[in-house]
Amino acid sequence: MTSVFNLEGKVAFVTGSTRGIGWATAKTLVRHGATVILNGVHSQQLLDQRIDEIKKEFNVESNGFLFDVGSLDSVQKCYNEIFKRYKKLDILVNNAGILEDSLIGMITKENIEHTFSTNTTAVVYNLQFAARLMSRNMSGSIINISSLVGRVGNEGQVVYGCSKAAVIGITLSAARELAHKNIRVNAVAPGFINTDLIKPLSKEIYQQRLNSIKMKRIGQPEDVANTVLFLASDLSSYVTGQVIGVDGGMIM
Amino acid sequence: MTNLDKLIKAFSDALELEPELINDELSYGTESWDSIAHLALVASIEMEFDIMLSSEDVIDMSSFKKAKEILTKYDVGF
Repeated sequence: MTSVFNLEGKVAFVTGSTRGIGWATAKTLVRHGATVILNGVHSQQLLDQRIDEIKKEFNVESNGFLFDVGSLDSVQKCYNEIFKRYKKLDILVNNAGILEDSLIGMITKENIEHTFSTNTTAVVYNLQFAARLMSRNMSGSIINISSLVGRVGNEGQVVYGCSKAAVIGITLSAARELAHKNIRVNAVAPGFINTDLIKPLSKEIYQQRLNSIKMKRIGQPEDVANTVLFLASDLSSYVTGQVIGVDGGMIM
Repeated sequence: MTNLDKLIKAFSDALELEPELINDELSYGTESWDSIAHLALVASIEMEFDIMLSSEDVIDMSSFKKAKEILTKYDVGF
């Protein structure tokens, strides 16, 4: 029986996909039949390793591009390559993101620029190029990874929260603009997820966050990846302009 | 079909204009060439010539004449 999440024949690009939520998402999409293009920024070795892991686990080819998603030139080159190799794009997951906590009074210009470049500007860059490729087939799904912090805020995360709230704004406007081309745009807002981003947290803060989750467990990257899978698949073919929380009922 | 014919077809399809109305004088903001039609035109040209235009070229493509100039950068001769 064919999976209801069947993505065979689909080409997907997942930004920031060598670790955490991005990596879990890439594997989930491959598992359901998509050809996935990976992206990392720090290590060609890790990117190559991930491509090998996909090859070994699923016996399929994937590709990867090492570049900063906040660089317009690099993004353009990436989409030129996607166009050359695949001639189309069906799924974009704007996942790449950074988290630099700064209390009010300690926020620097560099902190703002760096965070917005990766978390927000890059989303617009990728969305623009992806929409152009998708519009040729009058079909596509764009999934932007926002954050619970972008919806309800958090101490020390004025900049991060702002950058992730902006992702929701991008999602809502793009969904309206692209709906007539049958390109759906949705956002996922993860809560407290077990990734490298939470490693710097103290035991006390970690426990506080855990205590605020109604389901009494930390989220796993796969919890987010499965929601992305739903939004990428035809099961959500009439869903656009939505923000889906993946937070276990967390109240920050 | 020559490259000029292909470009006229791309313009004609995207802007829903008769091919006879497509000439060097045709520019953004005239006839049916508005911001929404512009993106359809870009897609139409890209598909016709199997290329992907840069963001700058998408913005700069303000007339039929300019479109021909831009396409020469992508090895499309007229």
